[in-house]
Amino acid sequence: MAGKASLREAYGKTLVELGRQNPDIVVLDGDLSKSTMTLFFAKEFPDRFFDCGIAEQNLMGIAAGLACCGKIPFASTFAVFAPGRCFDQIRVSIAQSHHNVKIVTTHGGLTVGEDGASHQAIEDLSLITSMPGMTVVVPSDAVETAQVVKTAAATKGPFYIRLSRMEWPIVNDETYQFKLGKAAQLRQGKQATIIAMGLMVSNALEAADKLKLDGIDCRVLNMATLKPIDEAAIVQAARDTGAIVTAEEHLEHGGLGGAVAEVLAKTVPTPMQFVGVNDVYGQSGKPMELLEKYGLTAKDIEQATRRVISRKSL
Amino acid sequence: MNSETNILPISELQKIALRLRRDIVQMIYTAGSGHPGGSLSSVEILTTLYFRILRHNPADPYWPDRDRFILSKGHVAPVLYATLAENGYFPVQELQTSRKLGSRLQGHTEHSLPGVEMSAGSLGQGLSFGIGCALAARLAKKDYRTYVLMGDGECEEGQVWEASMAAPHFKLDNLVAIVDKNGLQIDGFTKDIMNSEPLSEKFRAFGWHVIDVDGHDFQQLIEAFEHARTVKRQPVAIIAKTIKGKGVSFMENNVDFHGKAPNAGQFELAMKELS
Repeated sequence: MAGKASLREAYGKTLVELGRQNPDIVVLDGDLSKSTMTLFFAKEFPDRFFDCGIAEQNLMGIAAGLACCGKIPFASTFAVFAPGRCFDQIRVSIAQSHHNVKIVTTHGGLTVGEDGASHQAIEDLSLITSMPGMTVVVPSDAVETAQVVKTAAATKGPFYIRLSRMEWPIVNDETYQFKLGKAAQLRQGKQATIIAMGLMVSNALEAADKLKLDGIDCRVLNMATLKPIDEAAIVQAARDTGAIVTAEEHLEHGGLGGAVAEVLAKTVPTPMQFVGVNDVYGQSGKPMELLEKYGLTAKDIEQATRRVISRKSL
Repeated sequence: MNSETNILPISELQKIALRLRRDIVQMIYTAGSGHPGGSLSSVEILTTLYFRILRHNPADPYWPDRDRFILSKGHVAPVLYATLAENGYFPVQELQTSRKLGSRLQGHTEHSLPGVEMSAGSLGQGLSFGIGCALAARLAKKDYRTYVLMGDGECEEGQVWEASMAAPHFKLDNLVAIVDKNGLQIDGFTKDIMNSEPLSEKFRAFGWHVIDVDGHDFQQLIEAFEHARTVKRQPVAIIAKTIKGKGVSFMENNVDFHGKAPNAGQFELAMKELS
């Protein structure tokens, strides 16, 4: 792995790049531009940046109006505040009209750390994927983030992109090409498949490497696009490996695990294990301590994989 | 479309308003459900806008330079549908499909119908949307203006005040908010359920240029909208005092007709009163 990098910094810098290419790109924030990194854009394009203050409902409504008049708004805040603080505004003002609004949130998941449960978004993806027509992407690292943001700008319709606070290991090399709606296979393998998204992709790779030392051969898929999910890759993984583990920095239900289970129940019923937050809220702590406390480490993925493989013969 | 050479006199606007009221009552009676009270209270406001104030072209509903009219209180869809049909956006006969399966005229307004700028139905969202339209106009250096119609009950939603703070902050002098202040909401009189008054003082305190009018008086409405065009670096709020159910005696100030269709006898009586 080629070191760590910040996903939100990649977002902020990509916005500036897009802003230079396309005058229709506008950015909105809710008093968090220093944290979401939209401040880079604000500095270079002050006339196309709107700080809406601490008012997320209004922020989403303004974004919808801008989109309706031909602009490409990127609307940013923390993942706990969107969709949490403005679900109905996204639903009625944006999603029901399929407006071209790009909601990009940072500080998703437990790795927010010390700020505690109110600031740890673990149910945001469940809420946002419930909306018909919403595209939902959770990039795994800074390299992928830059590509996802460019893809969102170039693709019509409402988008939700969830980023993390932490700097995180880079898992994709410079040849990587993000394809919307397509899983990326990062490891080949025959005994089980680990399907991960976001920060859990690097943990999944670490788990797969450990398992390999014990002669256990696992496929790893980066399922960056949560919605619409890559059904073909899931079905193929089930047919080829017969056992699936999902890993996400989110509640076990309503996120990646649930979506994969829905696909498998309708196609190739397959033993599954879920690595995610098990129906509890988080607490203050260091990010790594929290991942350990709530069972989201590489070791947890490794154990879940051993468990699912043991269930194959039942 | 309006032009300086073809200004409809108030006597003509009054005739149009009567036709719209008949269309509203007929539409809701045919559908068997809908919201007559707030539709009837907004008739003069929409008539003034669509026949005297707005720059729009029914033959080209997506004309980029059109003025935007945002109906925030989406439950009064009948008054907007009747107005759009009267303008020629779609045939008047189509009004009778409203609320039926497969109709373009949904129970609450949807953006998919040409002439409807915003999907609505969950109250309090239109003013924010209107700010977005007004900011887009400024960015594009276009002179189209944005008008947002809300209800006084709707002003109980917190988002209205987030938006009310933002519009003066952004100095949006191309934005006009209109409050159809009919004084009633589903559970009763607004003053008893959750008093949103004093509305004019609230908007003024938030930084708006406020104009109080009788929302059924064409002369006052026209003057207010024309004055609004002259206000600089500040959005305008027109607080229009109206009567819920206006024009049908037994619906006037009657909370029962917020969201209920007339029965056959009431329908006949209403149409007689509106003849």
